[in-house]
Amino acid sequence: MHRVRVRVVEDALDANNTIARANRDDFDRHGVTVVNLMGAPGAGKTALLERLLEAPLPDIRIGILEGDVEGSLDADRLAGLHVPVTQINTAAGFGGECHLDANMVRSALGSVPLDEIDLLLIENVGNLVCPAEFRVGEDARVMVTSVTEGEDKPLKYPLMFRACDLVMVNKVDLLPHLDIDLDLLLHRIDKVHPDVPTMVVSGRTGDGVDAVREWLRELHRTRAGVSV
Amino acid sequence: MHELSLASAVIDTATRHAAGRRITAVHLRVGHLRQVVPDSLQFYFGHVAEGTPCEGARLSLEVVPAELRCNGCGQAWQLEEIAFRCPSCGAGDVAVVAGEEFEVEWINVEQLEEQCTV
Repeated sequence: MHRVRVRVVEDALDANNTIARANRDDFDRHGVTVVNLMGAPGAGKTALLERLLEAPLPDIRIGILEGDVEGSLDADRLAGLHVPVTQINTAAGFGGECHLDANMVRSALGSVPLDEIDLLLIENVGNLVCPAEFRVGEDARVMVTSVTEGEDKPLKYPLMFRACDLVMVNKVDLLPHLDIDLDLLLHRIDKVHPDVPTMVVSGRTGDGVDAVREWLRELHRTRAGVSV
Repeated sequence: MHELSLASAVIDTATRHAAGRRITAVHLRVGHLRQVVPDSLQFYFGHVAEGTPCEGARLSLEVVPAELRCNGCGQAWQLEEIAFRCPSCGAGDVAVVAGEEFEVEWINVEQLEEQCTV
């Protein structure tokens, strides 16, 4: 018995990225645009989805894939909104992971009616770190941060802020009650991810949600033009 | 917990390349921007490796500094604080030249004399 060195030089997340590409191929085949929605627990991801789904997007049929460690509370909330909702629990066979990865999404695809939707919104597990590491085959990554989380989050979690194509700053209806400096938060987001689009929104009042709808429509339009 | 997922990914990659052989060491290149805490990764690596070909393997980590280059004016710099705009011209279109790696560079495996090396 002796020791030999094996040269590897491989991204340790390659296996995930390969499955993500397979997911992407499936989405492409069905002409479905996919958004991976990320953010801390309690940032208001589900509330924003509820707001978004209140008014339909013309010509765009939406489906939801809900990722949670346990339970179906979020999926239940969204079930009344007349869009197909599929739940993934990372505790069920995936070791209670704190994020969705490409394989978990792949395993759920059989339950997602890809033929009946144009836009799939995947709500990731609430977490500001791990979801940024794992692509799932999405077209765009969008994060929700809220003004109650403070101005320091972009500097503490740059990986997540840098991974995103759009940052929604939620709960702005609470600004009168908080000491947070919104301009400083926006400045720090720009410092970590220069020129990333930001949208100031409130899931509670619906402020700013129309702009998010428009951004999603544009994303789908651009993507459909490219892939079809 | 970030490091728990990453440790599993490292072990999977190493195990695949070991092709059934026992692994005694794993060397990893980790970019500064990956926000990996080396001690935490070491801890989870040891834990997750139990029962796999990586059990008892030594994990060595090399942190790669973040290097950026402005696509506008060509200024190159090493990231000291978390600020990605070009310090020279202020442009936001900046390329990350290094610092995003999360790469298994090599592994050491135990091999019987008569086995041939791939």
